[in-house]
Amino acid sequence: MTSPNPAKRTLAQRFDTERIALGLAAPLLAVLLSVVICSILLLTSGRDPFKAFNVMFTYGTASDGQVLILNRATTYYLAAVAAAFGFRMNLFNIGVEGQYRIAALFAAYVGAQLNLPSFIQIPLLLITAMLAGGIWASIAGVLKVYRGVSEVISTIMLNAISLAVVGLLLVPGIFAPKVSSTSNSVQTDPISASSHFFSINTAGGVLWGFIVVAVIVGVGFQLTLSRTRFGFDLRATGRSESAAAASGVNVKKMVLTSMAVSGALAGLIGMPDLLQNSYNYGTSFQQGLGFTGIAIALLGRNSPIGIVFSALLFAFMDVTAVQLPLQGDFPQEIVQVMQGTIVICVVVAYELVRRYGLKRQQQKVGAELAAQAAAAAKKEVTA
Amino acid sequence: MRRSMKLAAVVLSGSLGIASLAACGAKSTDTSTASGSGSGSLKVGMAYDIGGRGDQSFNDSAARGLDNAKAQLGVTVSEAEAKTGEAEADKETRLSSLVTAGFNPIIAVGFVYQPAVEKVAKANPNVKFAIIDSSSTTQPSNVTSLTFSEQEGSYLAGVAAANKTKTKHVGFIGGVQSELIKKFEAGYKAGVKSVDPSIAVETTYLTTPPDFTGFNDPGKGKEAAQGQLDKGADVIFSAAGSSGSGAIEAVAMAGKWAIGVDSDQANQPALAKYKDHILTSMVKNVDTAVFTYIKAAKDGNPLTGIKNFDLKANGVSLATTGGFIDDIKAKLDAATQQITSGATKVPTAP
Repeated sequence: MTSPNPAKRTLAQRFDTERIALGLAAPLLAVLLSVVICSILLLTSGRDPFKAFNVMFTYGTASDGQVLILNRATTYYLAAVAAAFGFRMNLFNIGVEGQYRIAALFAAYVGAQLNLPSFIQIPLLLITAMLAGGIWASIAGVLKVYRGVSEVISTIMLNAISLAVVGLLLVPGIFAPKVSSTSNSVQTDPISASSHFFSINTAGGVLWGFIVVAVIVGVGFQLTLSRTRFGFDLRATGRSESAAAASGVNVKKMVLTSMAVSGALAGLIGMPDLLQNSYNYGTSFQQGLGFTGIAIALLGRNSPIGIVFSALLFAFMDVTAVQLPLQGDFPQEIVQVMQGTIVICVVVAYELVRRYGLKRQQQKVGAELAAQAAAAAKKEVTA
Repeated sequence: MRRSMKLAAVVLSGSLGIASLAACGAKSTDTSTASGSGSGSLKVGMAYDIGGRGDQSFNDSAARGLDNAKAQLGVTVSEAEAKTGEAEADKETRLSSLVTAGFNPIIAVGFVYQPAVEKVAKANPNVKFAIIDSSSTTQPSNVTSLTFSEQEGSYLAGVAAANKTKTKHVGFIGGVQSELIKKFEAGYKAGVKSVDPSIAVETTYLTTPPDFTGFNDPGKGKEAAQGQLDKGADVIFSAAGSSGSGAIEAVAMAGKWAIGVDSDQANQPALAKYKDHILTSMVKNVDTAVFTYIKAAKDGNPLTGIKNFDLKANGVSLATTGGFIDDIKAKLDAATQQITSGATKVPTAP
């Protein structure tokens, strides 16, 4: 910091406004387009779209709605980072779903068996979850490296297998207590009180302390990408595997490591709910977070900052959707339509914006070259 | 300051900023007028499981009870349903929003609501809650469980199947291998064996928990039924929610007998074209339970604790649409008599 760096660009140069505008254009375009599509859908079914969005917005700006959104975004952020970590090196870990399911089951089981002081117990549970998720994901990593199995195929299949594994273990007498306290559902024993994560009581309800973990994970992800050799190798492999291999990156090792790390991060997805809300893993534990995470990672362009916004947006939509049928006769499925169209539109929009940016760049360079040529010609004339 | 450090600072302060914003804003409930009791008619809130109205099965039956209460008792209602893959917090929000809007009692349809009902009921001790199909040892006293003796109705279905089979081979298809559906299997098998212990019973579960897609995947139901038909079964009972419609389709195509579940499936528009092959349905009278609960609440004498609706209380029964089981009515009545008198104890686990 103290050494003068003449090559260092100024703040204004680094934060190129045009680049930022282009970067924001795509997601904004996608969100707008999906709002329009949903409005048309609501109108055709004879409902007032503005009233529906008003219901969502009113609840989203109330303090209890906000606390719920932040809690939800915490989970979504972890899910998206888990997916994005693999995506950054073109490793499509579709198995986040199965990885967090297995991780939550094992963490819940260990949490119910042990009752250590909190400062040992909580890290132990987090490590258990990350190990379980990481090991489960590594199966796909090993298969890819040593047998050339596409990770897309193997992780999807592992999702189905993880369901069977949970079904096999989550039965009375193995991971669930012999005598269940509830009549028609199965769940593990509640985790011990020392496993409960801290939370913050606000006017709007209980804010999960796990948001701190999500922030740490986000910062860690960014630092790894931008400040470590591993992060550089990761991005290099993502851009071009052969080029990375040629420059000395051990691609096999990279695949194994990033698959395991992606799985370990996936292991954290179930933790906010387990340690802050449900306190057990059972048949009513939330499902589908892995796929939500992939969508959020796509929208956030796999960047740690971008994902913050997309996670908040998805959390906002999901939390406020519950109010739709209660305050006016709006189908809450409209939110799923909205999320789906956002994901599709954003993929298209990113490509359109990229092409537009490229064209502008070419024009700019062309104009500069023309100016230079003109200047050179003028010089010749005057000389 | 290095860029990454700046970035970290921005993210941290940003998230804390949002957090503090949440802490001081107005609550959504501040503006709404929470009208309590004594405002004329009873306000009943209902939270459905996935599928909601129109699932041709369990939720629809609960909805019928609510409609009856609306028509006959003049209660005001509000309904909302769960969506696939929603968070636990969504269920809690749904229930507490109903509380805030002044609904009391509130009925939750399905065991998935158990943790949410417990939590919201503890926070609102003056509001009455009912939960269908579930009970817990830890639920507070303002929660009433409405449960059913599915095994008893399934026993009768088993008796009917055993009397109608020509190949001495019947089948059972369960949606999800959960504690609830195992009760159906246990009762059905016991019913079949009570008629003729030599009859073979095929058992297929579509999925195991935590995969609950077995309740709404007609394709899987059809495949499972086809498998059982190929093995020689000629009467198939499917307790599989809306997956059952696939099973009924396959059975009807093969010209064999199907037994429906939850609602009288021969009467459902979606299944009307197969009604000549629906022998009967093991009807779970969720509507009766819902209506009874609302009526008791209106009369100021609410049901409390765990209220089980068995064969005797008409909580479960066999549908007679089509008249296909009229010829064995005497045998079914005898079996009913055995159960209601307590002479036959139907097992709840296979």
